[in-house]
Amino acid sequence: MMFVPGNNPGMMADAHIYGPDSIMLDLEDSVTMAEKDAARFLVHNALKSIEYGNTEMVVRINPLNTPYGRKDVEAVVKAGVDVIRMPKTETADEVRELEAEILKVEEEIGAVGRTQIMAAIESALGVVNAYDIATASKRMMGIALGAEDYSANLKTQRTPGGAELLLARETIVVAARAAGICCFDTVYSNLDDMDTFRAEVELIKSLGFDGKSIINPRQIEVVNEVFAPKPKDIEKARKIIAAIREAKEKGSGVIAVNGKMVDRPVVLRAERTIALAIASGIISEEEAL
Amino acid sequence: MNTASAGTLESGDILIQIAPSEKPGIEIELQSPVAAQFGRQIKAVIEETLGGLEVNNVYVKAVDKGALDCTIRARVSAAAVRATGKDVWKD
Repeated sequence: MMFVPGNNPGMMADAHIYGPDSIMLDLEDSVTMAEKDAARFLVHNALKSIEYGNTEMVVRINPLNTPYGRKDVEAVVKAGVDVIRMPKTETADEVRELEAEILKVEEEIGAVGRTQIMAAIESALGVVNAYDIATASKRMMGIALGAEDYSANLKTQRTPGGAELLLARETIVVAARAAGICCFDTVYSNLDDMDTFRAEVELIKSLGFDGKSIINPRQIEVVNEVFAPKPKDIEKARKIIAAIREAKEKGSGVIAVNGKMVDRPVVLRAERTIALAIASGIISEEEAL
Repeated sequence: MNTASAGTLESGDILIQIAPSEKPGIEIELQSPVAAQFGRQIKAVIEETLGGLEVNNVYVKAVDKGALDCTIRARVSAAAVRATGKDVWKD
């Protein structure tokens, strides 16, 4: 998910060329108060006119308790945004309040149920309430960590190893999995330190995150490299799925591949490997069969 | 109505300045590196956007830096709302 400032028309026009899975146009922290109105018009018109193809379009709105939040919701829902990212989410009630605002606009334009919600968790209270937030609405598609505000709220600062974020990251992954939605990690802002960035992406993948937020197209390749399954993993997953299919056809129960028993978690992992390989463009859906 | 502006002189953007005019209609002064090829279209987008907002009797100065039509619409809308004080989004 690539962050793009909502007041920069040049970047907004070009962002999808680099092939991020999703683009988050930002109306919040990257836009000054004096430009909130102009950025809202830019994002509204860009969503309506620019052909973003299969890229998922997300807009980070301003909080509803500011003079901008409700206008942001109206502008982006009317433009057909896929997902609204809610900043600084601390309680399930805040999600339900946003849901009501979205519904009001969707009813006005006859598009009820079209808009999904992603909640950014950026405080200790948000982490404590992560599962309630993740299950607050049927529109919830994911929760994400916002580490800068979270670190400040903890009265600490970000370190290269990310020890200060570990509990929040694990809590967010567990809450998302329990709720059956996605989870996304925070941004890494130092573009000159790609080694630390890569280590962070490897860490969050191992924790179970579905993806990483990025601030520059240069970071896309690293995220894709880390998240894309390796050829030997794809081959192993194919063997497992083929063996399961064969076992089902024969009506047999327990099976083994390469001498190891294949049970349900192994099958689920194999299916996820194949799904990631398709999503990463390594194999086609036909090749996966 | 007041004088107001929106946009920047960065690549891919357009700076729009709107001022009330005593002349009827919409008068547009356009500076653009692509004025010869797209000047008529840029002016048409500006007029159409102002028409949709029911803004008339104005002088518009537009300095284009290669903006897409959607950017022109956004900048004209922002400048018009700032000039008239009437937002298009509900409070």
